[in-house]
Amino acid sequence: MTYTSPVPVTDGHFYRGSSLELVDLTMAYGDIEVIRGVSLEVAPGTTTCIIGPSGSGKSTLLRGVNRLHEPKSGQVLLAGDDALRMKPESLRTRVGLVFQHFNLFPDHTALENVALALRNVKGMSRGESLRVAAERLDDVGLGERSDHRPRDLSGGQQQRVAIARALAMEPEVMLFDEATSALDPELVKGVLNLMAGLALRGMTMLVVTHEMGFARKVADQVVFMDEGLVVEAGSPADLFDNPQSPRLQRFLSEVL
Amino acid sequence: MDWLDNIIKTFLDFDAMWQVFPQLLGVGLVNTLVISIAATVIGVVLGMIVAIMGISPSRWLRVPARIYTDVFRGLPAILTILLIGQGFARMSQQIFGPSPYPLGILALSLIASAYIGEIFRAGIQSVDRGQLEACRALGMSYGKAMRLVVVPQGIRRVLPALVNQFIAIVKDSSLVYFLGLLVSERELFRVGQDAAVLTGNLSPLVMAGLFYLVITVPLTHLVNFFDNRFRTGRRKATPPKSGLDELDEVPPTTPILTGSNT
Repeated sequence: MTYTSPVPVTDGHFYRGSSLELVDLTMAYGDIEVIRGVSLEVAPGTTTCIIGPSGSGKSTLLRGVNRLHEPKSGQVLLAGDDALRMKPESLRTRVGLVFQHFNLFPDHTALENVALALRNVKGMSRGESLRVAAERLDDVGLGERSDHRPRDLSGGQQQRVAIARALAMEPEVMLFDEATSALDPELVKGVLNLMAGLALRGMTMLVVTHEMGFARKVADQVVFMDEGLVVEAGSPADLFDNPQSPRLQRFLSEVL
Repeated sequence: MDWLDNIIKTFLDFDAMWQVFPQLLGVGLVNTLVISIAATVIGVVLGMIVAIMGISPSRWLRVPARIYTDVFRGLPAILTILLIGQGFARMSQQIFGPSPYPLGILALSLIASAYIGEIFRAGIQSVDRGQLEACRALGMSYGKAMRLVVVPQGIRRVLPALVNQFIAIVKDSSLVYFLGLLVSERELFRVGQDAAVLTGNLSPLVMAGLFYLVITVPLTHLVNFFDNRFRTGRRKATPPKSGLDELDEVPPTTPILTGSNT
């Protein structure tokens, strides 16, 4: 396969990821506690992958970090700042989230999808927002499709627009909520490559994923969650080659 | 064939129809359209407010919106029109003068806003929750997210239902005659009715009915057209292309992901 514009990692855009720390975080739906005291440290510029069976609370945890779902107790520290005491809006401009189902705005072009929040949250002028949006679309290989609407893009392309949209806000941390789970198999790698590129360029990333290959090769830390708890955490080699808990052993034997 | 003659004389007396035609066109149609369009415009504005209140996270906005909707949807239109038209007559006299025309429009607007509010609410709530979440994840406030992304999508989906509502308002506008309109303010029904009484013949009313149909039937078909277009989308067919083409779009930053899983 030939690539049109191979980008070496040493090139161009570098990100300044911040540290992210969760301290004894609990989250609940009504009376039911679904995150039951999770502590987690993500060093600046590193990637942590969260794996675990469905219903283990992985996605909920991500939504706790940017407070789309308000945590019940505990702490979220973003670059040392108490995220639960900030205005949610200011926290969210510092933390990007990529959804499983992209959630692009269907009646806007790819370019407008990226530019909308630049104008309305960052207060950029129209021209400035479009210029930045075009740059970010270029970064994800979609410069030539900036005038397409989401329905005219493949799932993989839509997800890359969603990543560009999040990156345009210049977040310090990126959260990925099963970003490739809704994609056709041949399109998964493109998105994963893009994510790996971000990791290598210094972005701090918290990635909920079922792509064990990605977790093994890209993650600095892998966290196995079940029933709202961190069951096991460590380097990819530790978790994948030498799982300690029976639950993780069972999980790995099912997914690998 | 006496009976056939009778029927034709009663309903299709061309002389009587022709006589009332200029009035229907110059007075009745104009007033019906003015009343209906004004009531729809006001109804859309009020309806949007009611809808936004109705989906608000705050109970203090939600409950009043609910009560408002229940009351104005639950009452017969004629009752609302009489209560508003006569109840506020004195107040209206100071502002608009003696004509009950503005109050008729107001009453129709209130009724319409209750229905339109429900239409908007349904439309807005049908927008995928992920849209609001995506906006909020980008740092937009609830208000901005609704205004910029969610509400416009909701409105687009309910345009057919809004046209239907306009048709209902056109028909209901005939009820305003209960308030006693000046000669120059009469809408289609009243013009036809007056002429029918004068001539002792129903043909003018039939003519008025034709005028209503001329407004409503094309709109009904417009709705169907809208509906089909929204359902099928205006997507043009594109020649087939391979999904493999786009694999070249993402520059591989590193060769790390070339292997299979694990």
